[in-house]
Amino acid sequence: MIKFVNVSKEYPNGVEALSNINLEIKKGEFVFLVGASGAGKSTLIKLLLKEEEATTGSIYLNDIDITRVRNRRIPRIRRNIGVVFQDFRLLHNKTVYENIAFAMEIIGTRPKEIRRRVPMVLSMVDLSRKASHFPDQLSGGEHQRVAIARAIVNNPPVLIADEPTGNLDPDTAWEIMKVLSDINAGGTTILMATHAKDIVNMMKKRVIVIEDGKMIRDDEKGGYDHEIQTI
Amino acid sequence: MTMRFRLFKNVIKQGFQGMWRNRGMGVASVSSISAVLMILGVVLILILSINELVLETQGKFDEIEIFLQDEVTDEQLTLIEDTIRGEEGILSVLYKSKDQALEEYKEQWAEQAYLLEGLESDNPLPNSYIIQLKDIDFAENVVKKIKYMDGVEKINYHKEIIDKLLLFANYIRIGGLVVMGALVAVSIFIISNTIKLTVAARKREIQIMKYVGATNGYIKGPFVIEGVLFGLIGALLSIVLVYYGYGYFFKSVGDNLYSMFTIILIEPKAILLDLSIIFIAIGTGIGSIGSLVSMKRFLNV
Repeated sequence: MIKFVNVSKEYPNGVEALSNINLEIKKGEFVFLVGASGAGKSTLIKLLLKEEEATTGSIYLNDIDITRVRNRRIPRIRRNIGVVFQDFRLLHNKTVYENIAFAMEIIGTRPKEIRRRVPMVLSMVDLSRKASHFPDQLSGGEHQRVAIARAIVNNPPVLIADEPTGNLDPDTAWEIMKVLSDINAGGTTILMATHAKDIVNMMKKRVIVIEDGKMIRDDEKGGYDHEIQTI
Repeated sequence: MTMRFRLFKNVIKQGFQGMWRNRGMGVASVSSISAVLMILGVVLILILSINELVLETQGKFDEIEIFLQDEVTDEQLTLIEDTIRGEEGILSVLYKSKDQALEEYKEQWAEQAYLLEGLESDNPLPNSYIIQLKDIDFAENVVKKIKYMDGVEKINYHKEIIDKLLLFANYIRIGGLVVMGALVAVSIFIISNTIKLTVAARKREIQIMKYVGATNGYIKGPFVIEGVLFGLIGALLSIVLVYYGYGYFFKSVGDNLYSMFTIILIEPKAILLDLSIIFIAIGTGIGSIGSLVSMKRFLNV
């Protein structure tokens, strides 16, 4: 599904954010991407979203080398990936329903399909009753659930979550993890960058640890390493 | 196909929405475009009028008059006429006798023609050749050949006037173009700043659109349409103002019998179509370029 081959990224200011990353994520996996701030997690995600270009190496998404994709095709690539951010990034002048429908409208989905699909996704994240609320009327956890609903509404095979629980209290964070688990159970590959030690330890999923731009650990059903915790 | 149409409809809708939401700053954009176009209109009218004048003058003055000495012999006459006919760019050669010349004067003077009576017996007007040229540019050669031939008294032609006029017209054209270029640049700057406000206000939306996989065209579309609409409104406004304003000016000048000016000035009706096409093209051009310029930074998410 996702494959990094000898990927390095050096920013124009000379900082080497990633060096020689090799990893493969299979379809349906749930992978934690762990590391201190500035370790290179965000750069890795940016490379996948083609926000940044890899300096060397190849990145495959669905067997397509996205480092060789031309700018015009980037939107097509992004339609294969749903993204959730720490700061939710909802539109405040649109209702919950409209925020989610928006993601479908901009790729030209039939209105009939939108009316069918949005309530379905809303019930998946347990927000059916809040469809007509505006984001300002929602709690932090609800915000993130709307963001997740928006990220998966177009049925992307991959969901990337960049610190999705970073702004949430522990209980709410677990709520979000439950939603993500459910989505993963439905077959969606999930890559989640996080700092949250207990979540990583409890979930018993694959953990990839990045430190100073290098991949230092890749454990099936791992935990948040003690070594990392002290950083 | 239907997907494309839905996307297209969305883009158009958002463009109009953006214009409406942004109407406060829109007034600034529209008035700056209008102002530019109105100045442009004045320059344009000036240029067109001068063009017209040059064309007309060229048509009027593309002839050479060769006045002959009274004592010219038939041989000399034949030689002169043959030389002229041998030159390039000659349309026609007409011999005008003293008597014909006098008749023409009488016709032209009409009511005052009695002043010319009695001149028949001792006509002071010379015999002449009137040469019609294909173009005033041929005049110089002909004149050079004939000037010192026996029997030629004097040659009249208007090369210098035409040259000066052409030079003047060129200055006006170049000056006009420079002014226009500067004004267009200024208004692109103004409109790009206006659109930048909408873009900044919708930065979040644009960012989300990018992450969900909206194409650049889909993101840019509404802003370009917004810019084009501002440009179009500005253009229509200035077409109306320039057309009626100039029409009023033209009429009042005509009424006040400054007939000298009305000869030079081009008629308002003659410019309406050109004016509309040019204004709409430049107005929408400024609008779309302005909005594209303002978006450049925001699209590199």
